[in-house]
Amino acid sequence: MTIAELSPGLTLIVGSLLLPLLRGKARSAYMVLLPLLGLVHLSMLATGEFGVVDFIGQRLVTLRVDRWSMLFGWIFMIAALISAIYALHLRSPLQASAGFAYAGSAIGAVFAGDLITLFIFWELTAVTSVLLVWAGGTVSAYRAGMRYFIVQITSGMLLFFGAVIQYKATGSLAFEHIGLDAPGGWLFFIAFGIKCAFPFMHTWLQDAYPEASEVGTVFLSAFTTKLAVYALARGFAGTDLLIPIGAIMTAFPIFFAVIENDLRKVLAYSLNNQLGFMVVGIGIGTELSLNGTAAHAFTHIIYKALLFMSMGAVLYRVGTAKGSELGGLYKSMPLTTVFCIIGAASISGFPLFSGFVSKSMILSAAGQGAYLMTWVTLLFASAGVFHHSGIKIPYFAFFGHDSGKRCKEAPVNMLIAMGIAAILCVGIGVMPAPLYAILPYPVAYEPYTASHVLGQLQLLMFSALAFSILMWTHVYPPELRAINLDFDWFWRVALASVWRLGTSFWLSLRSATARVLGARCADCFTLISRHRQADGLLIRSWPTRSMAMWVMVMLLAYLLVYYLGR
Amino acid sequence: MKKPINQRQPEPKRWLDHPRNVRKIYFSVWIGCVILLLLELLIDKHVETAAEHWFGFHGFFGLIACVALVLAAKLLRRVISRPEDYYDHR
Repeated sequence: MTIAELSPGLTLIVGSLLLPLLRGKARSAYMVLLPLLGLVHLSMLATGEFGVVDFIGQRLVTLRVDRWSMLFGWIFMIAALISAIYALHLRSPLQASAGFAYAGSAIGAVFAGDLITLFIFWELTAVTSVLLVWAGGTVSAYRAGMRYFIVQITSGMLLFFGAVIQYKATGSLAFEHIGLDAPGGWLFFIAFGIKCAFPFMHTWLQDAYPEASEVGTVFLSAFTTKLAVYALARGFAGTDLLIPIGAIMTAFPIFFAVIENDLRKVLAYSLNNQLGFMVVGIGIGTELSLNGTAAHAFTHIIYKALLFMSMGAVLYRVGTAKGSELGGLYKSMPLTTVFCIIGAASISGFPLFSGFVSKSMILSAAGQGAYLMTWVTLLFASAGVFHHSGIKIPYFAFFGHDSGKRCKEAPVNMLIAMGIAAILCVGIGVMPAPLYAILPYPVAYEPYTASHVLGQLQLLMFSALAFSILMWTHVYPPELRAINLDFDWFWRVALASVWRLGTSFWLSLRSATARVLGARCADCFTLISRHRQADGLLIRSWPTRSMAMWVMVMLLAYLLVYYLGR
Repeated sequence: MKKPINQRQPEPKRWLDHPRNVRKIYFSVWIGCVILLLLELLIDKHVETAAEHWFGFHGFFGLIACVALVLAAKLLRRVISRPEDYYDHR
């Protein structure tokens, strides 16, 4: 078996195990070389199915190379490289090691050709990524990590049950198009949906990502949810239900994002919103829309990482990423400011930035396909994402009211990582052809038409006008030191209260019963306990001779009964 | 060697620190919007949906959408905003 027949995910997973053995400069060099090696590994792969393993009579394909898996393989490896450079300043190898193992698991999952391999890597992403949440190092990070872990493992269990049902019904474990009507279809749908942060299953994302360390969040933002997008695109392309689900995902998080104080949480909400665009693309299921989803996943991973890196740098230098405590940081961190604005322009879909060339495909697919309500919702979400990610993030962190906080510019390794991401954002935006060339289907799409560019510019400029007017007139809600409840309130508070209520009801019921029956029971209990004490009838030790006598009595009784019975 | 912050000279004022420059930015956003509306008269539109044929559709849609978004979010805040330590007591 040559290296071209092994999953590139294994390169990172095995490599991550060796990382803690190295120190100092050697480790830094290794952290950059490992993902570069992974890129070389990817470039050696040929289309087809490799790494076939026999398992209980089933053919497991650990390496399925086609245009879908290669696209996600490339972007995951690039994300691993950028995140690794961003993590170079860390003294402890733990986060980088967990990060590589996590990235490797995600890559292993996208190259999985069967459900068992997918399940194994799916669960591995959960196990490795929770370490990055815990690396946040606070009590709340620990708790959020536990909640995150339970949710992720649940998703994996559903995937496993789905695989079992499919196997029993069809005798195959292959991971191909599934659809809702297939055996176990709904289990797969919900398993993927949990990881993709569908509405009402989304809260783990906003709960855990902002609690992770500054490095951890950058890793986290790239893999888990996009792995779910990949799985949905493979298994549920053209499922109509995904269109309303995706549209809701684009719209509702932006309301939360506008009033959220923790800027990393704002980014988590906008991550949710961007996933919505991809889910709509999968639901529409045409070649244009699926290309749009793939392209948007690619560009999104880079600009989202860039935004999380810029907020991570702020957190690292200032110690907080809360809008109410920041402002005026452009004076201290000019380069980080520029990088953040490039990320903000990309996520907003400004022409010449990467988001424009990918999101446009999904919007066009919705517009052409006569999904009018969906199209209007996506347009609203586009304006909204510019509003909260494009303007709010840079404004409250780097401009706005000067907080008086002065700090150093971000460390060099962070600046290099942000620089690479920023170059990719602008590069893809200016020259989308190389990205279009690796999309799953042939591309005949031109994003830069006059009406399209003008339409998008109008949308963004007038959204900026809305922000300016609301700021000028002081209508815009100020950043407050507060949190906002989300759907997880129902199980963190409501369900917990019901549980407590139930427990106390049970306890009082028990004591009431004991009171009523007390008098009668007391005699009974004394009788029982008297016989079960150290010297009680049933416990005390008996001499052997009395035992022999009782056996004799029993035998005689038996004899008697025997004769009488005849 | 940099001096500690409290011994340094007061910082020079930046361009953005002057309110008149902030006002300049504010009005240039207005001007930008007007220019983009005027540009629409010059180009030959090729669009995908009927609504996009309306003059300035994207612009006005963006403006109304964002104002509505912020006002709705303000109402939402009244319902769901809690002190930062809310979950610590539960």
